[in-house]
Amino acid sequence: MKKTLSFILAAVLCMGMLSACGSSNSEAAPADTATGSVYWLNFKPESDEVLQDIAKMYTDETGVPVKVVTAASGTYSQTLNSEMDKSAPPTLFVIGNQAGAKDWADYALDLAGTPIEAELNTDAYNIYSEDGKLVSIGYCYESYGIIVNPDLLEKAGHSLDEITNFETLKAVVEDIHSRAGELGFDAFSSCDMDSSSSWRFTGHMANLEYFYEERDDGGWTECPAELKGTYMENFKNLYDLCINNSTVAPTELATGGHDSEAEFKEGKAAFFVNGSWEFPAVSETVPNATMIPYYCGVEGEEKAGLNCGTENCWAINSKASEADQKATMDFMVWCVTDPEASRMLVDSFGVMPYKSAAESTNGFLAAANEYSNNGCYVMDWATNYQPNVDDYRAALVAALNQYNADQSDANWATVETAFVQGWGAQYKLANG
Amino acid sequence: MKRKITGGYTLKAPMQRCSWLFMGPVVAAFIIGFVWPFIQGIYLSFCKFQLISDAQFIGFDNYKTALADASFRHAFGFTALFAIVSLILINVIAFAVAYALTQGIKGSNLFRTVFFMPNLIGGIVLGYIWSMIFDGILQRFGTSILLDSKLGFWGLVILIAWQQIGYMMIIYIAGLQAVPEDMLEAAKIDGASRWQTFFKVTIPNVMPSITICTFLSLTNGFKLFDQNLALTAGQPFTIGPDGLPVKQTEMLALNIYNTFYGQNSSSTGVAQAKAVLFFILVAAIGLIQLYYTRRKEVQQ
Repeated sequence: MKKTLSFILAAVLCMGMLSACGSSNSEAAPADTATGSVYWLNFKPESDEVLQDIAKMYTDETGVPVKVVTAASGTYSQTLNSEMDKSAPPTLFVIGNQAGAKDWADYALDLAGTPIEAELNTDAYNIYSEDGKLVSIGYCYESYGIIVNPDLLEKAGHSLDEITNFETLKAVVEDIHSRAGELGFDAFSSCDMDSSSSWRFTGHMANLEYFYEERDDGGWTECPAELKGTYMENFKNLYDLCINNSTVAPTELATGGHDSEAEFKEGKAAFFVNGSWEFPAVSETVPNATMIPYYCGVEGEEKAGLNCGTENCWAINSKASEADQKATMDFMVWCVTDPEASRMLVDSFGVMPYKSAAESTNGFLAAANEYSNNGCYVMDWATNYQPNVDDYRAALVAALNQYNADQSDANWATVETAFVQGWGAQYKLANG
Repeated sequence: MKRKITGGYTLKAPMQRCSWLFMGPVVAAFIIGFVWPFIQGIYLSFCKFQLISDAQFIGFDNYKTALADASFRHAFGFTALFAIVSLILINVIAFAVAYALTQGIKGSNLFRTVFFMPNLIGGIVLGYIWSMIFDGILQRFGTSILLDSKLGFWGLVILIAWQQIGYMMIIYIAGLQAVPEDMLEAAKIDGASRWQTFFKVTIPNVMPSITICTFLSLTNGFKLFDQNLALTAGQPFTIGPDGLPVKQTEMLALNIYNTFYGQNSSSTGVAQAKAVLFFILVAAIGLIQLYYTRRKEVQQ
């Protein structure tokens, strides 16, 4: 009896060891094929499903193995760090901003003059390293601003045409908020400061300050060592308007727990600060939802457009084998040229800036184009230059929390310090 | 003894020759899972690296940067204070609960199970649950656990006490049950009061449990990470005039994590150096504490 038991135990142990070996073997296997293979480390959890389908489609069509791994929300840089160290590292990964370009330039193939670059219809979303290497190119772009429900505006006796600058936006918003009880809906949906929502303000809305400062400087090509904070007052204008005219009181935002998107979808709020990726969800219940720019009281902002840019940029691993690099390049070109594949990707991503990719169906990106066509200026994503982005934003969130709880001048001064001096301090840390 | 002499020569030699077979897997696992990463970790603390496979040796620079970092020093102070407060609270309450539950009151087993249960919930989940509980209360007072470092500190203490008291209680119960009945009886016959029995007989006899519980709660206090991340994530911050934040409720482990991932590649080595310093600190404190409490243990 005892013998049998010990035998079984020993067998279980051995199996455990064997299976452990087995799994690492199978992971490494695709890299050994002579034709090369593709391993895409994706950073958008919401796109995982469609990318898995695309991968399968490509493998069925060409026989080239494509593996798509998606990093869990907010852990892309950790995942990239550990995956790059493995024997079969990603061949296709994302370098989404200047900080990423700084860290990963040595691992990125120069994409200048490659077949995928030839397919691009704009170079607006290219990311270059400090020494001028084209390290990554956008595979889609996005826009953000203020999402509006025109029906609710009408219900409140206003119309979208009224809103052309901060003054008019403020009038409409404050009117709706003051009559929220009677109307049954409020102006802005909740502005939570937890990690699932704070980026809408520290990443997106902050961009209005960076953008106008960048415009004064005649455009940035690299991260400025210091910020001037010229437009902090404008940031404050819009930020105050959001938190003080919203479904949730500003003192209750710190730990979050509110569902901003649901509030907008259910018609409880007329305005929602977010981006074009929300269109598929929002249009389910508000099909005519549209997006307006961040009006914040800057001179001439009647001509402002939406914030367009991207962090979705493909980079090819320069340390991968040549066969893998070629397989990856072929896969990328197929993604943006194959009618069926690009249709699927565009429906998920919004729009792809390539000559033969499918047309976009995203209402918010259509709004972005309309602004451009009417001669409005595009607010590019200067926010992508944020130095030590996670630490910088975390400090800003902490300062905004203090301010939300007590909107005193002293607390706003702290926000300004985190925003302006924080930039310079993090820049110094990052560039040692 | 007899058996060893008769069978010794025939069985011992082949057994000894095969010792590597029995020891091997464990030693290999230990080396792969602990010794090698540990050595590599120490080596990396002297390097600048993005990927650990191409690290570049730079000497003691990382240690200099780590020690000059104000946020690291603050995290050390905060962690030490937290570890001491939680050590005292957890052990006093756990011991009191264990004592109460060994007095033969009705439903002792049910209470033991209930008190132990919080320990079965993971730290991250616990952190989020408690952040909701705290905020449900604090919102009535117009504040939040993220806005006041005192609230953050006591929030963490309450959370960790709630989680660990049950675990320490089980260890204390085992210790209390092992106090020899005859000693207690002898004390009673000799006319010792309840307090005298408690301090002169019970406490010395449960000293081994106290040693292990204080060791566990002290090192747990220093190593606390997931509860810290989920409950406060270091908030509130004070922003220095240089624009750099000092995270008021950030503990050492979280500071190391944030240094590694929050910044860019020049700080990964610094984080590694902090981790080595952290290891030395926790090991030293643990050993000193073990040495002092061991001396108070009695032989039965």
